[in-house]
Amino acid sequence: MSAPSGETFRERAGVALKDGELRANFRRAMDGLMGKRAAQFADADEWQRLRDLGESIRRRALSKLPDLLEQLEENLTNNGITVHWAETVEDANQIVLGILREKNAKTVVKGKSMVSEEMHLNDFLGRHGIRALEADLGEYIVQMAGETPSHIIMPAIHKNRKQIARLFKDRIDGFTYTEDAKEMTAAARAELRREFYEADAGLSGVNFAVAETGTLCLVENEGNGRMCTTVPPLHIAVTGIDKVVEKLEDVPPLFSLLTRSATGQPVTTYFNMISGPRSATDRDGPEEVHLILLDNGRTRIYADAETRRSLQCIRCGACMNHCPVYTRVGGHAYGGIYPGPIGKILTPQIDGIGQYGDLPSASSLCNACVEVCPVKIPIAQVLVRLRDEAAGHCSRPSVKESGAKKSTVQDMVWSGWKWMHENPGAYKFMSGVLTKTGNLTPAAAPLLKEWTSVRSKPKFAKKTLHQLAKEKGLADE
Amino acid sequence: MSSARDNILARLRKSDADGDLPGSDFSVMKEKIWGAEEKVERLIAMMSAVNTELHKTTEAGWPDLVAELLKKREIDSLLIGTNNRLMDRLQGAWRDKGDAPDIRLYDRAYEDERAEVFAAPAALTTTRGGIAETGSLIVWPDAAEPRLLSLAPPVHIALLEADRLHNTFWQAMTAEGWKDGLPTNALLISGPSKTADIEQELTYGVHGPKELIVLIIEG
Repeated sequence: MSAPSGETFRERAGVALKDGELRANFRRAMDGLMGKRAAQFADADEWQRLRDLGESIRRRALSKLPDLLEQLEENLTNNGITVHWAETVEDANQIVLGILREKNAKTVVKGKSMVSEEMHLNDFLGRHGIRALEADLGEYIVQMAGETPSHIIMPAIHKNRKQIARLFKDRIDGFTYTEDAKEMTAAARAELRREFYEADAGLSGVNFAVAETGTLCLVENEGNGRMCTTVPPLHIAVTGIDKVVEKLEDVPPLFSLLTRSATGQPVTTYFNMISGPRSATDRDGPEEVHLILLDNGRTRIYADAETRRSLQCIRCGACMNHCPVYTRVGGHAYGGIYPGPIGKILTPQIDGIGQYGDLPSASSLCNACVEVCPVKIPIAQVLVRLRDEAAGHCSRPSVKESGAKKSTVQDMVWSGWKWMHENPGAYKFMSGVLTKTGNLTPAAAPLLKEWTSVRSKPKFAKKTLHQLAKEKGLADE
Repeated sequence: MSSARDNILARLRKSDADGDLPGSDFSVMKEKIWGAEEKVERLIAMMSAVNTELHKTTEAGWPDLVAELLKKREIDSLLIGTNNRLMDRLQGAWRDKGDAPDIRLYDRAYEDERAEVFAAPAALTTTRGGIAETGSLIVWPDAAEPRLLSLAPPVHIALLEADRLHNTFWQAMTAEGWKDGLPTNALLISGPSKTADIEQELTYGVHGPKELIVLIIEG
């Protein structure tokens, strides 16, 4: 099974919905994750106070973002970590390549990093003769299959054990076919141990960058993040400029919200705080540590106070785990780097409404994502804002390619609808006409056709509400 | 020519101002408080739930317990750093034991010792303390106990003094003033390495230790 094909979200979602195996894989996973998260937040009072704190920390950090980025740079530099700034993914890739070439590095082992996915770093390095190997088990599976992650926390969630076993059989020398998760994990461990040992460089993302102390925090369970940032002589971290927090004490509440929301774990196995390369007295650790701060559209999202709130995200994935759309179509249907509700607001803002203008509409605004978001991002509000931006109805447009989905027909329909609802005579007349002609309109009529392609045509009542009210003797006011 | 840095900062600085922001109320981080015995029991419960083996012991008793745990696993050598307390205790206790494990030292730079470190079947470290709420060990690797001791060998044995248990992560870092002096690498370790990337089936021992054994030193 590969990612659902299609040019648009609508086409890809159509393909995904008919893939029973894919739907079963997601359904099983999401049901499990929702249950585990709910158990972590059984104390409603604690949950509300903790998420209020989480929201305040993220919003405070964003409100001081330029100052905090400067403070972070200063403290990291004092700690011996080299800081680079990149406006685009092309610039970021060139910076990574430059650092690797300077050290004559040929192989890079990677911890999970969604920003490196944004950069399409593996392909870029591959084209320049450098092998980048994913070391997180899920990412390792996805890379082996030549795919992209379908979930930001569990990249290979779209695959079941049979599919993974077949992949390992084809791609790992000496692997004896088994569907036992423990044996498959052991096979990956053996392969990757050798890679960690021999790699010239390690690359990781960053969960929180602490301005106050110049510290890079990494959250993980497997130990691959520690391996990548400890064993090779060079460590390169890549992160978005939005990942900064002001104080060290801001970290524990966010860490708690992250692990509990993401996978329903009270804590992850490892929480790694990196505040410098190997010191004069240390015996191990990388000799050099670099941090690349990537913009890639984030300053534009930041510019507007409403869209800025998209940047509060701590990448827990709870919004996708609870999304009725994501659960049915899976992560690949979204087409961007970030799937699910957070992807629906980030991807069109990063890559433009022209290509991704249909994503904000792929939602019933059911609000499940808003209810579980640990930092209270108003996802539904931003979705509506992006719909307005897409349709060219925004009073202060700020999103890339705003107005790209403007439709004259749609605008006319809504103007007519508005006029009719503002004129009681016209409303009475139209509703009267529809009781007579509505049921005669064929399901395949223009404008109705798309709606009825997957739904039954609505059945019109014989009498309008006005007529029924009149018969009951209610006064027509 | 303006740099990427200047451009990014300039764009951020000319953005919309924020409205009123909610203040940060940390009271939820301060309220979790357990008694000394409760902290130990909570840590044991939390860590056992993720496959950690825990034993209560004493300062005099732990070296024999380590020998016994290694023997049970048919492991005949133990990697340690250059922490004098560990060396003195182990050598004192194991000197007269005929079948005591070999003590190997990680006492040079990684480059000179990497083959031994990756081949070692088990390592022993101290810890800076622990966290009762989440069942976590606080580990600050240094020259005496390098980073890979708690990462490369498949079995990691950690000594935890019961009176160094904090209630929560937040309380630990604020009480000890971490913001004024973090080491190059500080860690929380809350169990053996694990993954659930294959059909969410929890599996231990991916890239880090397959087994974590915590010896809680009381008294």
